[in-house]
Amino acid sequence: MAKENIPFVVIEAKKWRFFDLKELYRYKDLFYFFVLRDVTVLYKQTVLGLAWAIMNPVFSMVVFSFIFGGLAKIPSDGIPYPIFSYCAVLPWTYFSQSLGGATSSLIGSANIFTKVYFPRIIIPFTPIISKLFDFFIAFIILIVLMLFYNIYPGIDIIFLPFLILLMILNASGIGMWLSSLSIQYRDVRFAFNPLISLLMYAAPVVFPASLVKEKFGDFIYLLYGIYPMVGVIEGFRASLLGRLPMPWDLIGIGTISSIIVFALGAIHFRKTEKIFADVA
Amino acid sequence: MSNKAIIAENLSKAYLIGLKDNIHESLGEALISWLKYPFKNYSRIKKLNTFKNFKSGDDIFWALNDVTFDVNHGEVLGIIGANGAGKSTLLKILSRITEPTNGKATVYGRVSSLLEVGTGFNPELTGRENIYLNGTILGMTKKEVDKKFDEIVDFSGIEKFIDTQSKKYSNGMRIRLAFAIAANIETEITIIDEVLNVGDAEFQRKSMAKMESLAKSGRTVLFVSHNLSAVKSICTRAINLYHGKLIREGDVDNLISAYLSQYNEDHTLHKWDIENAPSNEFVKLIKAELLHFSDSDEPLKSGEPFELEFTFYNLLQEESFLDIVFQLKDELDNLVFVGSSINDNNKKIGKGYFKWNCKIPADLMNQGSYSINKFYLIKDKTTVIFEHRNILSFEIIYSFDLRIGNIGRKEGIIKPKLNWEILTGEFAES
Repeated sequence: MAKENIPFVVIEAKKWRFFDLKELYRYKDLFYFFVLRDVTVLYKQTVLGLAWAIMNPVFSMVVFSFIFGGLAKIPSDGIPYPIFSYCAVLPWTYFSQSLGGATSSLIGSANIFTKVYFPRIIIPFTPIISKLFDFFIAFIILIVLMLFYNIYPGIDIIFLPFLILLMILNASGIGMWLSSLSIQYRDVRFAFNPLISLLMYAAPVVFPASLVKEKFGDFIYLLYGIYPMVGVIEGFRASLLGRLPMPWDLIGIGTISSIIVFALGAIHFRKTEKIFADVA
Repeated sequence: MSNKAIIAENLSKAYLIGLKDNIHESLGEALISWLKYPFKNYSRIKKLNTFKNFKSGDDIFWALNDVTFDVNHGEVLGIIGANGAGKSTLLKILSRITEPTNGKATVYGRVSSLLEVGTGFNPELTGRENIYLNGTILGMTKKEVDKKFDEIVDFSGIEKFIDTQSKKYSNGMRIRLAFAIAANIETEITIIDEVLNVGDAEFQRKSMAKMESLAKSGRTVLFVSHNLSAVKSICTRAINLYHGKLIREGDVDNLISAYLSQYNEDHTLHKWDIENAPSNEFVKLIKAELLHFSDSDEPLKSGEPFELEFTFYNLLQEESFLDIVFQLKDELDNLVFVGSSINDNNKKIGKGYFKWNCKIPADLMNQGSYSINKFYLIKDKTTVIFEHRNILSFEIIYSFDLRIGNIGRKEGIIKPKLNWEILTGEFAES
């Protein structure tokens, strides 16, 4: 065994180190198997299996269409309400489910990481990736809706991958915060449900962002863009439906705030990582 | 670098105990406290995180205190110490499960710890899928698991069921599979904690053989065990932890003898003065002692006879029969025997001191850690008038003559000497 090739680790009290990327790469197979486990276990258990991935967002869309579109008659930028809301429900469902998964991930895996070492960051990132499967399955319904309403994407569709990445960035940033906070403070887990409801109504899911501009003016509209999901949702609508211009102002501001939240979340996670096994 | 596999310097680990009011378990409380009090108090509030600077206090327990040692490549190091000495904490730090409060350790090579098997097993997945999941949790890459797959399945003996969901496995199958995965990991450093004594006797033997081959393979091994004969047979060096501190290190034989003398010193004699003696309105227990005949520095060996002596002060004026009944348990919580003086005693005792002495015969006791778990004083053969727990504990080590082939979990609660004899001559056919 050549001594020079042996990886070595220094375990030191009070020393704070950022993520060891080489080590994370070594554990890529574990990450793969965690995600695989999440996806297979979920679908092995339920009789309806994959159908659940569709039912959730479809149900939301139907309810919103009746109440907000039909009853309250909220304007939808000239787009039929069901497809208008579904474009938002799609990323929102991913966002709320991956965050929910991330929040409870550390607590749920306490029995693993208190026995064996592996980079803990893999744990909250597993739902971030595994929920993408649900996202892509629900995407099929969007295609059905497009065919039904005869609304097709224009050239802006090429920006969709970027928006999806932004959506993932959002979820991971907040996910790192929530997972590390919830293992130390147990009430975070319970506050999650009301919080995510609040966040949904704050996001332009049932109403268009243009309504905010109309009611509160340009400046507030730009501030609104700091909430990262605003840019993602309106961006989804614009790139998928080919009717509205891409809201680059919102997307730009949202990207900056996402990156900041992500960076701070990563630092917070790393700093509190050392006590996970002690407080679990 | 040198040929060191592990260099540990001044490792310490503190845990916060008690004082529930200061520990905030909810974010709400923490936020409110933060708003209400100035920063100074806020850092007190975040005490659940013991990594802030603090020196000592009633609410702090040092599981490890300033432990320094090193391990050479290829060495098998034994780690011994009483329960609570800090062995598991040390292993957790070296396995990076928890971080030290102070100090530093440099580890050359990947570490696999057999601290618990079956981590991450999911009942919904098949055995095959669990092998990959568990293997990667333990640090292998997918390629490494592929290579070792057949060996693992073979070791576990569940080839037929490898593609069935593991929720359908029996407990034994699950454990065998889990251990098969853990035992087949090839890392430079392996940490083995004795709790691995699982499974039936056949599997035990396989596991122990595997551990031995691991030790002989030139890999670095840290071995934690209460089974001193196992430690002696596979370790070259050992360290002894005592209340979180490293008090001895060096050659295995010397270390084990020293450890045992200390242990016996701590436990084989319990003496109380009249005011503090455990007592009630009937009797006071003054002393409980183990006596043995060889050199008092030598630990008690399996096969040696010894005596237990209990000294009392009887407060009852009226004369009566006073007998002792005690339960002797071993390290696995087996009840080895119940000692009772009832049938042997026909002397009535009045007020004053008295001493009971019983002789445990030679060639009966097996090696192990024993304690007098329950202790009763009986009046007139029927009534319990005094009760106490955990009066005495002692260690019996393997006798050198019996040591041959004596590796692994001890077999049998007792080890009586059976007088074997070969009979020759004619035998009637029946």
